[in-house]
Amino acid sequence: MRRNFRLILALLAALSLFAAACGSTVSDVASDTADVVEDAVDGDGDGDGDEEEAMEDEEEAMEDEEEAMEDEEAMEDEEVAEEEAAAASSDTSVGLVYDIGGRGDLSFNDSAAEGLERANDSLGVTFTEASPNDDGSNRAELLQLAADDNPIVIGVGFLFEADAAATAAENPDTNFAVVDSAMIDFSLDPPAPYGPNVAGLVFAEEQGSYLVGVAAALTSETNQVGFIGGVCCFGLIEKFEAGFTAGARSVNPDIEVVVEYITDAPDFDGFNQPDRAQVIATTMYEDGADVIYHAAGGAGNGMFQAAADFSDDNGTKVWGIGVDSDQFNTIGAVDPDLQEFVLTSMLKRVDTAVVEILTAQANGEFVAGPNTYDLSVDGVGYSTSGGFVDDIIPDLEAAKAAIIAGDVVVPTDPTEVG
Amino acid sequence: MIRRIAFIAAAPLAAFALTLVISSLALVVFGSNPIDAFSDMIGHASELETQVDILNRATPLYLSAVAAAIGFRMNLFNIGVEGQYLFGYIIAAQVGTMLALPAIIHIPVILITAMITGGLFAAIAGILKVTRGVNEVISTIMLNSIAVAGIIAALQGRWQPEQEEFTATTLGTAPIDDTGLLPNINGLVEIFTREIEQGGELTGMLLVAIGVGVAYHLLLTRMRFGFDLRASGLNPFAARAGGVAPKQMIVAAMFLSGAVAGLIGMVELAEEGRFPADPIQGLGFAGIAVALLGRNHPGGMAFSALLFAFLDVSAGILQSTQTATKEIVNIMQGIVLLAAVIAYGITKRVQTREEARATAEALQSVETNTEVTV
Repeated sequence: MRRNFRLILALLAALSLFAAACGSTVSDVASDTADVVEDAVDGDGDGDGDEEEAMEDEEEAMEDEEEAMEDEEAMEDEEVAEEEAAAASSDTSVGLVYDIGGRGDLSFNDSAAEGLERANDSLGVTFTEASPNDDGSNRAELLQLAADDNPIVIGVGFLFEADAAATAAENPDTNFAVVDSAMIDFSLDPPAPYGPNVAGLVFAEEQGSYLVGVAAALTSETNQVGFIGGVCCFGLIEKFEAGFTAGARSVNPDIEVVVEYITDAPDFDGFNQPDRAQVIATTMYEDGADVIYHAAGGAGNGMFQAAADFSDDNGTKVWGIGVDSDQFNTIGAVDPDLQEFVLTSMLKRVDTAVVEILTAQANGEFVAGPNTYDLSVDGVGYSTSGGFVDDIIPDLEAAKAAIIAGDVVVPTDPTEVG
Repeated sequence: MIRRIAFIAAAPLAAFALTLVISSLALVVFGSNPIDAFSDMIGHASELETQVDILNRATPLYLSAVAAAIGFRMNLFNIGVEGQYLFGYIIAAQVGTMLALPAIIHIPVILITAMITGGLFAAIAGILKVTRGVNEVISTIMLNSIAVAGIIAALQGRWQPEQEEFTATTLGTAPIDDTGLLPNINGLVEIFTREIEQGGELTGMLLVAIGVGVAYHLLLTRMRFGFDLRASGLNPFAARAGGVAPKQMIVAAMFLSGAVAGLIGMVELAEEGRFPADPIQGLGFAGIAVALLGRNHPGGMAFSALLFAFLDVSAGILQSTQTATKEIVNIMQGIVLLAAVIAYGITKRVQTREEARATAEALQSVETNTEVTV
């Protein structure tokens, strides 16, 4: 019976990748519509937001005044303390709905759970959790139940997109946030958020990819690294490629980056074909690459298998880099023998997204449409499990600081990489 | 007469009592309060919107159960309902997108396409059985894998329309025109109840499922084919001696079973308007359990489909009120199945013993009577 869930698992794996990527591409589109979004938020009688924004402005103004008046710093401290107290004592509660499986998946669900715990500690946000039945048939019901009791509802995973949009329309006083989906309705012209109470939590994958590109170039001894994309040519996975290539080149301008995609859109099977990923990776390793980064969802496991096989056959160690969640852990749960080939993983920090959106909610700063989390808020990052990148952490942190400072702008299009 | 009714009622009641007791024990073991849990479940189910959810869930379960039951009645274990409905689902969805017709034709064409596709896919197993002697359990399991892993994955890629932005809501086959989507029957229900809120939509497939249930009942009790079907199931050799062609019966039964299976996906199709990226799976297997619990009886399966749906829907409220984990729902479904099997086993044994005793007494009284007369 289990095996019959294979399709859905494969699709999930596949989609998690490109919907994620989609999210950030969408955020570009969305940046155009950002004004529309804000107008929608402001214009839609969402009085609370306005008032609070106004109040904040006032407060800021007051602060300025106070500073200008050179009133004691104590006043400011008091103000800050007051603000913190206000945040801490906020009686915000959240209903979070995991994707199938709930806690214990070593991936997005667990990361979301960590975010909940942190928000509970730092903001005093109380939470209720739920996860759908194994066939995912009751997502809408769970969102509605969560909306009955909570001012904000979070769905973990883009599969909540349709149900969250529909439930949000029925519950205009409740905010909804969906991880890994921009929550933009593309059937509208121009595309716009599903509603003033619907936010998408997405990630700046190109920045995380840049960091693992740096790690790849610093680790490579053959001066050749590889990138395997799941599905080409719909403008999403290319962000991963662009970030990775830019990161690798930043360390060594002469490094060779071999790029290959498994399938071309609209054939999305590339995300579910570990066998083909394995063939591509084996060829790359044989041709001299010794670190490969994959953005191919479930197919990526084939790359780690290829790394293990090639290393065994040739007595040299080659590496793979994981994507989305810490694949040292997720692969370890499936096949511990592959763990030692996971150099690092490009992380999408769902925990950060959860804490950030709950902070925004508590402060009355909920914004509809895509909310992109980048390196500056630890929305993306790299994993250190296994300790294989321990000696290059200073370099990675330096690269990270440069991006945050704006000294380095990570391209999202491979053709823009110098 | 009273005794007969008692026998019919005894097994379900015993099963129900047994389920309550064991489920309560399980809840206590998990650290939950059974009374809280049951009252949450019942309180939740007493809301109109929840009842809509339950009916929407029960509809595909019932269709799946009928599909399995048609096979069971002939001792054919069609384990392939899962593959048959998914295959019928995607083909019907794609045919639906290619047609532009008035609703009155468009909807039936889609439903019939699903039935024929599901039926033909199931008939493969039937034909393999009669021509090559392949056990239908093996062949239908394999056909499940083929349908799920092969055909659907391939077709989904091929039929995925080109678009600028791909999101979870736009993945899958191209959307079907509104004329192809079976409307909801909220209006019909709201004659008797208040308005359904929270965007709940009662699936129009409920009426189709009721129709299928009635047809199944008439087929088995009123039609020659149904008689042949049951006869072949009870004793294939006797049936053959009675003039029933076994090979045709097997293929026909598999086709019918698959045809009903094809309808399962139509519940979701009416809601989604396409074969989505993440179709609901597992209904084919759930249907086997529902058919077992309902003992292949059209009314019994309706009851058990509603029970399973009620339990499935309760998973939400138990989590939201934090009274119990959602896994308790699966445990309850398992317990109720086992309890039913046990209860029916026991009542059947008691019934046989009672009958034997009654016959023995009757015989004895006849004997004593004869002695007296002599």
